[in-house]
Amino acid sequence: MVNIVWLVLIVGGLVVSALHHSMLPVTQAIVTGSEKAVEVAFGFIGIMALWLGMAKIAEESGLMRAFSRLLAPFVSRLFPGIPKDHPAMGSMLMNMAANILGMGGAATPFGLKAMEQLQELNPVKDVASANMITFMAINTASINLIPATVIALRVAAGSRNPTEIVGPTIFATSVASVVAISAERLFRHFQNRSKS
Amino acid sequence: MIALIETISEWAIPFLIGFIPLYGWLKGVKVYETFVEGAEEGFRMAVRMIPFLVGILVALNIFESSGALDSVIHFLSKPLDYLGVPAPVVPLLLVRPLSGGAALGITTGLLHHYGPDSFVGRLASTVQGSTDTTFYVVTLYFGSVAIKKIRYALIVALIGDAAGFIAAVFICHQLFH
Repeated sequence: MVNIVWLVLIVGGLVVSALHHSMLPVTQAIVTGSEKAVEVAFGFIGIMALWLGMAKIAEESGLMRAFSRLLAPFVSRLFPGIPKDHPAMGSMLMNMAANILGMGGAATPFGLKAMEQLQELNPVKDVASANMITFMAINTASINLIPATVIALRVAAGSRNPTEIVGPTIFATSVASVVAISAERLFRHFQNRSKS
Repeated sequence: MIALIETISEWAIPFLIGFIPLYGWLKGVKVYETFVEGAEEGFRMAVRMIPFLVGILVALNIFESSGALDSVIHFLSKPLDYLGVPAPVVPLLLVRPLSGGAALGITTGLLHHYGPDSFVGRLASTVQGSTDTTFYVVTLYFGSVAIKKIRYALIVALIGDAAGFIAAVFICHQLFH
């Protein structure tokens, strides 16, 4: 699917710009797009290094394991086959906690660390495991309690009640998460069936 | 309740940055050396995702700058209007999964143009806050471990996004209309 989406974005875009006779802006966009990718990746290095360093201390001191043991029972059903005290569980829980608490910068490093640890459990290294997809679905639905950026935007725009959207946001994000996780379960089920 | 949550999120980062090393030190971990050892990985991880990011960002840039995205928005705004989505919010729904920066720009524009306490402003705020930039997250997470075959990951994430949008439109109609 990702191949088709990628192809449609590129070829579709090029066809439309050909119809508009505007090849120059598109050429420009191609160049800036590739530059931006490197910018984004390099912009990450600092915050990633910080939290990966912290994660290493938390791992060596046993803090991560204690944290997983405490909270894993709540999420372990979502990730069958991952032992409750596996490092991947600790990283995933830290990622979710950081998202829920709105610790923007911290969630991604823990999420990527979790992916690396899930990769260790993954039998086929270039194919996503079902647990990875579940974890990613939780992240794209981005469960959070405080949409801090939006509240700041509303304050800046002069809202009389900037936080009134918190309730609706929690509702929408919860629905998105539940549906994404259920959809993953369905796909997992049918793929297993078609294999056996 | 909201004040409490805000206080927690304000304290979370400073608390962890202090607590993790302190706990480690009490457990006899060589905290600084261990920190540096872990931090080294940051660079490697960032570099590993570059090819994946280049692929997705170039494709998205082409689609956006060519006007193809505008055509899709134009095409969909009539039927979506029927379903209770005001036309000005349609671009946001389509852009939200594709580009975090562009979505933020659209939301900011809507809040200023229609007012944050209008129906459009409230719906835009809810949509902006309730989901993440799906394409980017998928690229980043699988790119960081160099996984090329993501199976049904993208479709699952997009189903989640669609559900989130429907839920946002529904709840805003219930509460704010």
